[in-house]
Amino acid sequence: MSIDLSTRYLGLDLRNPLVASASPLTGSVDSLKRLEDAGIAAVVLPSLFEEQIEHEEMATHDLMNFGSEVSPEARGFFPELAPTGSGIDKYLQLIADAKKALAVPVIASLNGHTPGGWTHLAQQFEQAGADAIELNVYFLATDAADTSEAVEQRYVDLVSSVRGITKVPVAVKVAPYFSAFANMARRMVAVGASGLVLFNRFVQPDIMLDELEVAPHLVLSTSDELRLALRWIAILHGNVQASLAATGGAHTTDDVLKVLLAGADCVMMASCLLQKGPGHVRALREGIERWMSEREYESVRQMKGSLSQRACPDPAAFERSNYMKALKSYSSRFA
Amino acid sequence: MSSENNMTEHWHVLDGNEAAARIAHLCSEVIAIYPITPSSTMGELADAWSAEGQTNLWGAVPQVIEMQSEGGAAGAVHGALQAGALSTTFTASQGLLLKLPNMFKIAGELTSTVFHIAARTLATHALSIFGDHSDVMTARTTGFALLAASSVQEAQDMAAIAHMATLKSRVPFLHFFDGFRTSHEVNKIALLSSEDMRALIDEDLVKAHRARALNPDKPVMRGTAQNPDVFFQAREACNSYYQAVPGIVRKAMERFHLRTGRRYSLFWYHGSPDAERVIVQMGSGVGATREAVDKLVAAGESVGLLTVRLYRPFDVQGFIDALPKTVRAIAALDRTKEPGAIGEPLYQDVVTALAEAWPGAVKMPRVIGGRYGLSSKEYTPAMAKAVFDELKATQPKRHFTVGITDDVTHLSLKVDDDFDTEPADVTRAVFYGLGADGTVGATKNTVKIIGENTPLHAQGYFVYDSKKSGAITVSHLRFGPRPIESTYLIRRADFVACHQFEFMEKLDVLSLARPGATFLLNSPYGPEEVWSKLPRDAQQTILDKKLRFFIVDALTVAGQAGLAGRINTVTQACFFAISGVLERDAAIEQIKESIRKTYGRRGDTVLNRNFAAVDASLAALREVKVPARADSRFSRRPVVARAAPDFVQRVTAMMMDGKGDLLPVSAMPVDGTFPTGTTQWEKRSIAQEIPIWDETICTQCGICPLVCPHAAIRMNVFPAEAMKGAPETFKAVPWSRKDGGPLDNLLYSLQVAPEDCTGCGACVDMCPTRSKTELKHKAINMAPKLEHLEAERANYDFYLKLPEQRVPFDKIDGLRGSQFRLPLFEYSGACSGCGETPYLKLLSQLYGDHLVIANATGCSSIYGGNLPTTPWSRNAEGQGPVWANSLFEDNAEFGLGMRLAIDAQRDLAQHLVGQLRGAIGDALADALLQSPQGSDETIKAQRERVKSMCAILERIDAPQARQLIAVADSLVERSVWIVGGDGWAYDIGYGGLDHVLASGRNVNILVLDTEVYSNTGGQASKSTQRGAVAKFAAAGKAIGKKDLGMIAMSYGNVYVAQVAIGANPVQTVRTFQEAASWPGPSLIIAYSHCIAHGIDMTTGFSHQREAVKSGYLTLYHYDPRLGMGGADQPLKLDSRKPTLPLEQFTMKEGRFAMLARADPARAKELSRKAQTDADARWTLYEQIAGVHRTVTEQGDVPAATHAAPPEAE
Repeated sequence: MSIDLSTRYLGLDLRNPLVASASPLTGSVDSLKRLEDAGIAAVVLPSLFEEQIEHEEMATHDLMNFGSEVSPEARGFFPELAPTGSGIDKYLQLIADAKKALAVPVIASLNGHTPGGWTHLAQQFEQAGADAIELNVYFLATDAADTSEAVEQRYVDLVSSVRGITKVPVAVKVAPYFSAFANMARRMVAVGASGLVLFNRFVQPDIMLDELEVAPHLVLSTSDELRLALRWIAILHGNVQASLAATGGAHTTDDVLKVLLAGADCVMMASCLLQKGPGHVRALREGIERWMSEREYESVRQMKGSLSQRACPDPAAFERSNYMKALKSYSSRFA
Repeated sequence: MSSENNMTEHWHVLDGNEAAARIAHLCSEVIAIYPITPSSTMGELADAWSAEGQTNLWGAVPQVIEMQSEGGAAGAVHGALQAGALSTTFTASQGLLLKLPNMFKIAGELTSTVFHIAARTLATHALSIFGDHSDVMTARTTGFALLAASSVQEAQDMAAIAHMATLKSRVPFLHFFDGFRTSHEVNKIALLSSEDMRALIDEDLVKAHRARALNPDKPVMRGTAQNPDVFFQAREACNSYYQAVPGIVRKAMERFHLRTGRRYSLFWYHGSPDAERVIVQMGSGVGATREAVDKLVAAGESVGLLTVRLYRPFDVQGFIDALPKTVRAIAALDRTKEPGAIGEPLYQDVVTALAEAWPGAVKMPRVIGGRYGLSSKEYTPAMAKAVFDELKATQPKRHFTVGITDDVTHLSLKVDDDFDTEPADVTRAVFYGLGADGTVGATKNTVKIIGENTPLHAQGYFVYDSKKSGAITVSHLRFGPRPIESTYLIRRADFVACHQFEFMEKLDVLSLARPGATFLLNSPYGPEEVWSKLPRDAQQTILDKKLRFFIVDALTVAGQAGLAGRINTVTQACFFAISGVLERDAAIEQIKESIRKTYGRRGDTVLNRNFAAVDASLAALREVKVPARADSRFSRRPVVARAAPDFVQRVTAMMMDGKGDLLPVSAMPVDGTFPTGTTQWEKRSIAQEIPIWDETICTQCGICPLVCPHAAIRMNVFPAEAMKGAPETFKAVPWSRKDGGPLDNLLYSLQVAPEDCTGCGACVDMCPTRSKTELKHKAINMAPKLEHLEAERANYDFYLKLPEQRVPFDKIDGLRGSQFRLPLFEYSGACSGCGETPYLKLLSQLYGDHLVIANATGCSSIYGGNLPTTPWSRNAEGQGPVWANSLFEDNAEFGLGMRLAIDAQRDLAQHLVGQLRGAIGDALADALLQSPQGSDETIKAQRERVKSMCAILERIDAPQARQLIAVADSLVERSVWIVGGDGWAYDIGYGGLDHVLASGRNVNILVLDTEVYSNTGGQASKSTQRGAVAKFAAAGKAIGKKDLGMIAMSYGNVYVAQVAIGANPVQTVRTFQEAASWPGPSLIIAYSHCIAHGIDMTTGFSHQREAVKSGYLTLYHYDPRLGMGGADQPLKLDSRKPTLPLEQFTMKEGRFAMLARADPARAKELSRKAQTDADARWTLYEQIAGVHRTVTEQGDVPAATHAAPPEAE
């Protein structure tokens, strides 16, 4: 029996639910092609960080100005070089090149921090040929004066501003740190988010004991981390009019199956592809087919959300009691 | 421009260098370049244009090549010409002298070329980077035609005419314009297009030039040797070509006029048609003279100016014809000096021309000759008037000077400073800024905005002080309805802006404001508060002159716009808003457009932030309601302390106060000899933050004083009783070294010199000690200066009076011991955080009292020797380093000469001691001849012995005794150090350096290796690393760095070390001592970070560690002593095998990272090769370090004894 692995995400038809999320692997046409050849269904390009672009432009500007006109003998210390295009230009080129090289949808990802930057860049992504835009929202409210209301409104405003100027679908990749996440999800969808990508993982600072310094420390995800997304996908499935993508911890066939059952329209992966290479996509796809075949599932559509909160026999399992029950069963095993 | 011009032009604002370089680039196929101020820009532009692919008139991109010296550039041009290419070069000053030998050849071979010269003073009693004609006048005998341009417009137009005429005449041309006054003045000029140049350059002549090329298909030879039988005749064979030149230039000028509408002539007369008094002059000074002529003629005087354009060949009849027949008296003004000549060159030419060709029927005019404007000395219309007045006298001075006060030979003319020629419809604005705040860039932009977008003409000229950190800049801008040719500084400004509030206490910024002028001050204080923060004299001036007073808090506005520290956009917007030069809204639009043009390639962020700053500026601009009276209780600070010595009070202080022009001749040393140790009197106080010591956690390691580039952190130990009278805030703690004996019970203090610190923060960055409870807190921490200034000033005064400033050890004790020694190189004007100066300071600490330095031209000669104040100092006994600079190219030879002289005098003295042994006494004579001298104590003892001997000799009436007294000091050890940068050591001075290394003599060579020509703005040298972007290597240097150390090691008997003081300070201190103690030649290559690397200068020293970790730099020393008798391997590696990928180091530097942005593929490829270089270098060194090498004792090292290397710490 042939199994239909196809799914729809952000209104895009995907040949299967496996999507490469933003990582160095999606940063070159060469590796994108390898992902596609291995069977990936869509790709999310690495995030263009508005702050990074600004930083680079200002750093070059400061460099060119550095030491200039301080002495009658030197107007400056560097020849005026024309960068071969700003970071934005290079990114737009990557979108265009990826579109040209790939048959699968290409999703551009944007990490902005100003309203102007979001809309301006999103528009350029669309013009460069992106099939969809993923907004990678990151705002850490470290200022004690920032209220949760203001932070939430900021998210809503950002989504709304981008939605207002782009025709392609817009997904929002968010962190789980909201007091009322379900409500936040609904508000973002209400202002035009076509999909939600759950959840963003951030590079957390670490303390280097040898150097006695604080430094960012990138750790790849593990399967255990996926359960946070699994819970919220299960809760949101059927409750918001938007696609849902699981990200952060999908490594194995089992991981993929679980979030699909919870209600994800697709599963995004980075860590496992970085660790095992693009060929891992093939193994995952085969594993999904095998499992579905063993359980006589005909299609991904059929099984998607079949264990969501709405559809599962024990909806409370996704709620607070779930924690109680877990502890109870854990202790009872050794009682 | 000097003539009528009614045709439609493309107006652009540019400087003289760019104006000339554009034409040169269009008309050349091969361009050989070498940096030298003020002509470097021409080479930089040509290189950049070719790197961008800009083509010449024939559609090819000119080949631009940097050579190892100007001599090399001239040789390359000569070769290119012989091979048929159209070729050019640019230079100035001593650079032109290096080209002279080739110029004789090029002219002798009747080869068409144009050399473009930004005329600059030749170094004589002192170096000067500024402008006069002493360089071009040395080229008079080469056979080159000399064509003078007197303005930015002419720098372009004469360049074109020179290129036209040389092709026709076959005589090579030297086209010159005044350094700085024209080369660096920005002015609005009518631009020649490529089409214009195509129309002006005759293709047949180009073909003829090519046809004369050496070509194996039509073989000929040139450069033969000729004998007495034919040389003379052959030399005369070119005469007809020279006779034809004036006619050819005249025709070229006519053709140029037809094309452009601008009319020029060989000699151009301006003034009263029946003038009786005429000034003959060439160069930029004619602008000022012309203004004087116009005003005097309008007042009814019969005066005129004859401008010389074609100076060689001198067209005698053309000159006579150009003079009004009514002329009775002529003053020939020369911008050069020829000591001992009857008169300067132009004067002599005028006299000769009159003698040869003045019509017999009319009485020949009287001619007097005057010098003006040496080294860019101001030359004003008032001075021109003084010359005209002198011509009226019945017995005028036959030879005179103007612009100075000569109270010795009384040659100078008196000048009426109130004579003002500037018309009322010209707006004059003066801007005071810091080099780092972007003022010059912004004011240049302002000139462009007005010049290129309005019918107004515009001019900008920029004056800098001689410091590299905290440099003060003054921008002089004029805007008016006619071309602006006022070639002198503004004296009465309609608008004065002061972009740094602290200048109000340092400078008399309002002295140039005319009554009723507008004053804009960048002020952190609001309109209500600012008045009370001004010194009383400034308040009074504002009141007296009835100035309109505006303020803006530019730092805050810029910071809020994301342009921290770059206040230029803000102040520029404010200038337009209140100066009234342009209508306000239009001006703001123009600023934005200009920002778009200037920064368009740098990205939207840069644009948007600058736009935001412009908009916010206007909102932040406030007019101050000026109170009725001056009520401040403080005034401008005195320039120097009362304790300063007489010379500093009389002379140095005047220069520091910007009044050096007022010093008379009698104030100047006659031979260029100046006292040392003068920076201590110049309290510049430029730091915002200074380091404050936390004595509770300090380990007294000595790193912070070691790396302090400005000797602004000192450490000392002293007896507890010396604390008597210490200020309450003065800190001292028990000295940590407890090794028993008399050194116990001493106190230790670490003290900052708060007004000499530049605030670089290198000390804090390098401090290894952190607080256990708060890791960011170190044993030394930056803190706001204003909070600590008063206390630390008192503390430092007290510290300097502590009884013993010398180390209480009898030998130098490694890193820490070196830092207890008094630095005799202090408070230099080097860049904040400079990577070079700690090495020099260390040198002065180790050997300062008997140190002899030959210093190559470059950064170290500027921060080391540029007046008004110099950092080389002296100890309490009055001993200290002696320092001299000869040239750029000959420093190794210069230092070797010093060594030879010292050795010769020592030999003579020793010989005389032997002869006079009977009178001196055997014991003293033996001690004088045989005592070792390797430490403070032994040198001190020898000095005592010399003193005793001289006392004895004074009582002896014998010629040998007198002779011995004269050379007695040479019996005391002298440590000779030859110091310079990589431009000198790797390039221009390499031949000499190599020869000195091979001499076997006891000299120490210290190369301050910044891997670029730092002083002239970061041009590539052969030390520049592969993949680094530098000027003249705009596409990233394609080949690797020359291994100078390895070349030196090849001699076997040369001590060689490569050091990086930030990476391994202990090794640095040790190798300095080893080099000094090695009695043969030594070479230390000292890695020096530099602002030209594009790094954060605060972390420059700690960044050096990564240079070593990544294998970018390998630390080593090669000590021939270890190879004596083949006992050991002389090369020792002092750094470990690299553990970091090279890119992790290089990508932290702008010079490498920039290429990665501009050309990622090339950057990647060069980076890969650079990694291979580094790997191969390490492997090679590692192998050599394992090789036993025998260094032959006999004959390799002249001294009989080989001092042992000092023990490693």
